[in-house]
Amino acid sequence: MKKITYREAIREALREAMQKDRRVFLMGEDVGRYGGAYACSKGLLEEFGPERVRDTPLSEGTFVGAGIGAALGGMRPIVEVMTVNFSLLALDQIVNNAATLRHMSGGQFSVPLVIRMATGAGRQVAAQHSHSLEGWYAHVPGIRVLAPATVTDAKGMLLSAAFREPDPVIIFEHAFLYPLEGEIDETIDPVDLEKAAVRRQGSDITLITYGGSLWKCIEAADRLASIGIDAEVLDLRVLRPLDTETIFASVAKTHRAVIVDEMWRTGSFAAEISARIMEGAFYDLDGPVARVCSAEVPIPYAKHLEEAALPQVDTIVKTAQEMVQSHG
Amino acid sequence: MTTLPGRDHARTLLRQMLRIRRFEEKSAELYTKGKIRGFLHLYIGEEAVAVGAMQALTSEDAVVATYREHGHALARGMAMGPLMAELYGKANGCSRGRGGSMHFYDAGRRFYGGYAIVGEGLPVAVGLALADQMQKRSAITACFFGDGAVAEGEFHESLNLAALWKLPVLFLCENNLYAMGTALHRHQSQIDIAHKAEAYGIANTAVDGMDVLAVKEATRRAVEFIRVGGGPFLLETRTYRFRAHSMYDPELYRAKEEVEAWKQRDPIVTFTARLQKEGQLDETDLKKMEAAVDAEVAEAVAFAEAGPWEPVEDLTKDVTSPRAEE
Repeated sequence: MKKITYREAIREALREAMQKDRRVFLMGEDVGRYGGAYACSKGLLEEFGPERVRDTPLSEGTFVGAGIGAALGGMRPIVEVMTVNFSLLALDQIVNNAATLRHMSGGQFSVPLVIRMATGAGRQVAAQHSHSLEGWYAHVPGIRVLAPATVTDAKGMLLSAAFREPDPVIIFEHAFLYPLEGEIDETIDPVDLEKAAVRRQGSDITLITYGGSLWKCIEAADRLASIGIDAEVLDLRVLRPLDTETIFASVAKTHRAVIVDEMWRTGSFAAEISARIMEGAFYDLDGPVARVCSAEVPIPYAKHLEEAALPQVDTIVKTAQEMVQSHG
Repeated sequence: MTTLPGRDHARTLLRQMLRIRRFEEKSAELYTKGKIRGFLHLYIGEEAVAVGAMQALTSEDAVVATYREHGHALARGMAMGPLMAELYGKANGCSRGRGGSMHFYDAGRRFYGGYAIVGEGLPVAVGLALADQMQKRSAITACFFGDGAVAEGEFHESLNLAALWKLPVLFLCENNLYAMGTALHRHQSQIDIAHKAEAYGIANTAVDGMDVLAVKEATRRAVEFIRVGGGPFLLETRTYRFRAHSMYDPELYRAKEEVEAWKQRDPIVTFTARLQKEGQLDETDLKKMEAAVDAEVAEAVAFAEAGPWEPVEDLTKDVTSPRAEE
């Protein structure tokens, strides 16, 4: 075992993918000489050269589209888009091309493209660098949407996506997670890209979340434990296709669910989870599902306002506590 | 004036243009009969571009087309039956009924499809060329798009990236003077499209898109330039669409006289006349050729009519790939 950061885990995965497969290359804004906006690809240009670590112009639509073309042409590109906010400039390529080409060609083509991007708020970078739009992408058939929340998943999911996925994969990395440290094996096997994971066992209530909010939920569960509430924490990991089986199994055990999601409540991914529970596990519930989402506001700059806009441990604890007490 | 190629090749060019014309005339007829639905964008008038340009490509090269791509698909060598079946939405269509008129594909011919969002095929073409370059293949990618696409950011971004990385892409603009119903001078501050390439240091030229030989020759030169490592090339073909933008278009934006004037330059009529004048085609040959093309179209319709419908149980097939065994 060794201790590395989430950022280093991504770098190890990128390095291993390029070492083992000549078809893999990196492309994106500042992935080369700068080392990546979040330093994920630092040192890789020196190691693999400019042919395989390609700095691109600020042309999100075009370099994502070029990734699609390169994937069609037999390569396995890993494209970095600096943040989900910038990915909107590439939305056409992702939604109208990457996600449709296999189906629309009657199965003739597939697009083995990995797109990584940072997401989420909490760093005082205001409304054009802080959004969480994972649910928009998870809405679209034809792409696989991943949200690694742990160091092991940061490495394992990227490796699995790069080596084994025949279709487009989008990986959301919560920007808050990059400095997170975790224990990891020296070498890891590919991880599964299908299942949700129970990160903390509990019997009174299930906190369902993904990505950056996982650690808030773990902390909330610890605090709930101190007041006698045994919370289970479920990390979705894969937003499309959605592992409803694991969600239903947990709800069947705890009979209560709080969904924590940094998207805005209206049309959030949490809304989808809530609907699935209603459809598939309604009679297991002791009371209504609750959601802790972002306030309906463009994420503001000032620290106290930003904090107020986001799901926080206090809110999660309070919501869970009220739920257990009101239909205990 | 271009010189005529050998007799057989000249006839091939004419026959290819005629195949596109007759296929589309039949498509329009079947549309009015309700056999074909959705959008149907006809290429009639522009046949010399696809036919001329495809002559310069090899089977190793890749093609990216637009939503007006019946002509490109036929000129690339895709069989007529599966194309007609695709218009019908049948399972024996070239996209198994998933794409329709705007989305023809053929992996075997490296025909990467019709793109129905203007400009979105250009980045894909850049990526295909990148893949060829990185795998040290000598193939080039021919990317067709219309004058409307040059207003899109992706046109400029793609030219920039292709030039920056010296990628083997032929950007082939089919300038038919209208972005749907908006005339070129109403949407472009600079109407000389080839000239736009100068901003990116890309070699370029414009050619008469109504003359199949001129298109062929210009494309041959452009492709030669690209193949020896010259980087991308922008070829503007000046052409005209004789029919409406799609079957829904009442054509309020252009004068009948303008359309008639362009029809005087019909690429098929003028090329036929030239072959006849220079003694390479007599009336009997022409009738034979027309009959053969008509028979091919009739066979394609029969193929489409006889084709099965994709079972509804297969609705979600191919949304994602089958999962590899663990």
